[in-house]
Amino acid sequence: MTIVILAIIIGLAFGFTLNRIGATNPQNIINMLRLTDLRLFKSIAFGIGLSSVLLFGGMAIGLIDPAHLSVKSAYIGVIIGGGIFGAGFAIGGYCPGTSLGAAAVGRKDALFFIAGGLLGAFAYMLSYGWIKTTFLLDKIAGGKVTLAVSGNDKYDALFSSFSGTTLALILGVAFMAFAWFLPNEISEKPKNDKANIAKASNKA
Amino acid sequence: MNIRLPWLLGGILLGVVTLFAVMLVKPVGVSTQFVVLDAMVWDMVAPDTIVENPDNAKGYGSENAYLNKSGGKYAANAKNPLNYSFVFVIAMIAGAGLSALLGGDKAKGKRSEMPDVWRKRFGPSKSKRYIAAFASGFFVLFGARLAGGCTSGHMMSGIMQTSLSGYLFFVAAFAIGTPLAIIVYRGAGKGELS
Repeated sequence: MTIVILAIIIGLAFGFTLNRIGATNPQNIINMLRLTDLRLFKSIAFGIGLSSVLLFGGMAIGLIDPAHLSVKSAYIGVIIGGGIFGAGFAIGGYCPGTSLGAAAVGRKDALFFIAGGLLGAFAYMLSYGWIKTTFLLDKIAGGKVTLAVSGNDKYDALFSSFSGTTLALILGVAFMAFAWFLPNEISEKPKNDKANIAKASNKA
Repeated sequence: MNIRLPWLLGGILLGVVTLFAVMLVKPVGVSTQFVVLDAMVWDMVAPDTIVENPDNAKGYGSENAYLNKSGGKYAANAKNPLNYSFVFVIAMIAGAGLSALLGGDKAKGKRSEMPDVWRKRFGPSKSKRYIAAFASGFFVLFGARLAGGCTSGHMMSGIMQTSLSGYLFFVAAFAIGTPLAIIVYRGAGKGELS
């Protein structure tokens, strides 16, 4: 039962946060990918860096149990699936989590995205038996690996001769610094704008 | 009132929430629950899609290879919706709704149908946007399942743990997503900023 209560608390906090960083608005995701409004990317990159520093710092001082880690396998499908994901992400402006949050804040296009998503997941379920026989699930670098030594024996580290805590701290701080120094907004080049206004009016 | 947090404050909140998830239970993830919901519906429409199977570690199995994998994990979760990951996603939906009720970003009027940048680029047709949203959803979830995770599981939780898979997913998603978004939405302005 405790686990269900934790699911409710952590889920509520995560959904609340997604909304407050602007992730439940597809326009912010589209503008992030177009590199015109980077605030959402800055929040995500900073969040990743900060959580990584706190996670490895917490494990180093024994506050966090490395058994809680859950590292996903690296295989060819991660790259190809990531690319397919990126295409839909760019056009739709939603990812699985944010589409659900967006539906809750009244976005109707999100409902269509979710319906398409359920069908896409179903299509994968049906094709998995075949996909399994192809190269798509071939592991990369051993599969469940991390860059930094994590202290969890289930996962090998690529840089095993290096202190895991130090490496993770360096990477985490690099993410935070990257977020910090990126500009909030980048304007579209006026030249492009003009050319496209002309193109758009030609179409009409 | 500023409904959106400044990026830094938002990033700190996001980092703390994802950290607490790992510290207390396990890393956050969403896209798997699309499979679990599909499996629940499938099992309702065609009973016996999921059956008890003591040979599997989780006690359930299916003739469908995907539901049967990892000791019947997905099959078991579809039979027992009160599991951590499914409840987490339901609560996430409620959390976003709650934030909107408390003054956070919510969609009103025309903006609930499509973002401004879409309208500027493709016109006001609702059906055009809805078809594109449906197709995007199909690609995003098919891609996420092939990759074994999405933004939350691979990008946030993965890179946080320095997983190789998280980095691969991140690079692949942006390598396709960024040029495509730039081309597709060229000249669309930024829309109303929130």
